Amino acid sequence: MLNSITLVIAITLMYSTPMVFAGLGNLISEKTGVINIGVEGMMTIGAFTGAAVCYFTGNVWIGFLCAGIAGGFLAILHAVASILFQSDQTISGLVINLIGPGAALFISSLLFDGATSTQPVANKLPKIFGNGNIRGVLGNLNVDVTVVFAFVTAVFFIWLFYKTKWGLHLQAVGEHPAAADTMGIQVNKIRFICVIVSGILAGFGGATVTLGIVSQFTPTTIAGQGFISIAAVIFGKWTPHGAYGACLLFGFAQALTVLLGGGQSVIPSQLLAMFPYILTLIMLVLFVGRAVAPKASGKSYEKGSRL
Amino acid sequence: MYMNKIAQILKKSVFRTLAAIVLGLFVAGIILAVAGYPPLRSMLALGKGIFSSPKYVSNVLIKSTPIIFTGLSVAFAFKTGLFNIGVEGQFIVGCLASTLVGITLDLPPVIQVPLVLLAGLVAGAAYGGMIGVLKAKFGIHEVISGIMLNWIALYLSNYICILEPFRKGDSNGTYQVSEASKTLILGAWKNTDDGRNFLKGIPILGEAFLKTDVNIGFLAAVIMAILLAVLLKKTTKGFELRAVGYNKYSAEAVGIDIKKNIIDVMLISGAVAGLGAALYITGNTPHKITVLSAFEGMGINGLPVALIAGSSPVGCILSGLLFGGLMYGGQALQYEVGAPTEIINIVIGIIVFFVAIMKGVPRLLLKIPRRGGKHVK
Repeated sequence: MLNSITLVIAITLMYSTPMVFAGLGNLISEKTGVINIGVEGMMTIGAFTGAAVCYFTGNVWIGFLCAGIAGGFLAILHAVASILFQSDQTISGLVINLIGPGAALFISSLLFDGATSTQPVANKLPKIFGNGNIRGVLGNLNVDVTVVFAFVTAVFFIWLFYKTKWGLHLQAVGEHPAAADTMGIQVNKIRFICVIVSGILAGFGGATVTLGIVSQFTPTTIAGQGFISIAAVIFGKWTPHGAYGACLLFGFAQALTVLLGGGQSVIPSQLLAMFPYILTLIMLVLFVGRAVAPKASGKSYEKGSRL
Repeated sequence: MYMNKIAQILKKSVFRTLAAIVLGLFVAGIILAVAGYPPLRSMLALGKGIFSSPKYVSNVLIKSTPIIFTGLSVAFAFKTGLFNIGVEGQFIVGCLASTLVGITLDLPPVIQVPLVLLAGLVAGAAYGGMIGVLKAKFGIHEVISGIMLNWIALYLSNYICILEPFRKGDSNGTYQVSEASKTLILGAWKNTDDGRNFLKGIPILGEAFLKTDVNIGFLAAVIMAILLAVLLKKTTKGFELRAVGYNKYSAEAVGIDIKKNIIDVMLISGAVAGLGAALYITGNTPHKITVLSAFEGMGINGLPVALIAGSSPVGCILSGLLFGGLMYGGQALQYEVGAPTEIINIVIGIIVFFVAIMKGVPRLLLKIPRRGGKHVK
């Protein structure tokens, strides 16, 4: 019994971690008023870059870092389009979702002789209790170190948003950019930084999949986790702790899918696979009610314009 | 002053789109060059892969048809302010429903074809309508619900297509739809000796008919585009829908029921995608569905088609052809210069990127003289 419970907890934590990273990334962008549906594409490029760099250098940390950088670079495109050129943020996010996977598969087939999947990496991210062969409950709970990183990032975000001046500025930019501007906050600069940070985090999120959960990148590695993390942000009412909790919930749904799907299951695996998505919809219907997005969400800001 | 001129030109959406396409191909050339492929030869190979034989041109039309339909679906919703990313799911359930009806029934073509098409249309409409209801009644953003429903549709389709009465033997797919359901032009006749000999005598069309699945889909897409354009521009309903899209508050103030309109838009949008799906199944080999490991992208590709077209229904035909041409011609890139076909997705992404930012370009260009003006004062 204890064994199953700890196993569920561990798998929940593992599967929620990529979404926590992407969700927090999406959150910091949305908080400043820039909608970012591009996290899916940023995760994909991160997942690919992490696996590819780790395969060639043999160092998992360099891979992880490069994944963040790749996500950040892709985010610059989104920032330039949506902030500098004031184009529609949903469209610009869609562009990221086209270019991210496109670039990942293109570069993959350049590097791996026409294959759209990378070779498996030699060493994966370390576990919290070390990589030794630990048995029993402790072994079950021996999750990737990224689980801890994700938690720390969430706590850091809570501190950042609610305890620091910078965090308040950031929220002011998302709620009332004109007022923030009057206070001397550089609206577009803050937005630019936050969009890039969101790309870096989404890139990390992608790498936690390819360097932690599985050990290679395939075209279906990132299959909607980015989008689910956006749902998690909405479900978590645009707060770091809410988003973190929602990601855990969706991770739990995936953990159940994994656990129930193994072996002789009564429920067909195809129906089980639907479960996280149906749960997301039901949760949104039941609990979201009137979740309030940052007021300036989706609106580009031009100095001197009236709201 | 030339800045001003460029700005004036770029205010016209047609020129913006053309500039975006040219820039997109240009950047693709740079990427290919960086990756070590000759850019000019690659572009020529691409062009050859699209235009150099009647078979190719015919295949581009056939390939473009489903994405024109999904593009129309997205464009229609977009005109009215909704981002129908759920079009992929609507396309999948459309394929599913039309296949099931096409397998189960075997009536004379005059009744069978409309029934099969109707099945796809109704399934797509119902699935799209769900997104509308979720948005209108529960305030759930259509992007989120659309994406969730896409995945649900994928697994639902995978589940049903290997169920007992539909699954063919031990394969991972269904039976073909009945012969009477097919929407091919000269479908059975061109495989007879008479048909083959007759078509061989016709220079260009003959080859196209013999070597490709010529079907009614493209014509249907053109008719659908015109119908949607008329609906949007010439009818009261279309006016209501556009009013909600432009400014929902003023629409509500003049007594338009916003919630009802949101649901209506999604019903129509889904129906268009579902019809496209039914025509895809009935008009293209293998005329059946199989278990999918990932999205085919027929719906998702409709998004860039609609965006490049600036959401104009008639424009969707052109941008759909562009997209279909790039996808089909992209294969020639692979066998002529060895460049991975994945470059095509990047090209499309870059074109949409330029389409998106071009709107902001005139504003940025015109701003420059204003800044100088400040110092003169």
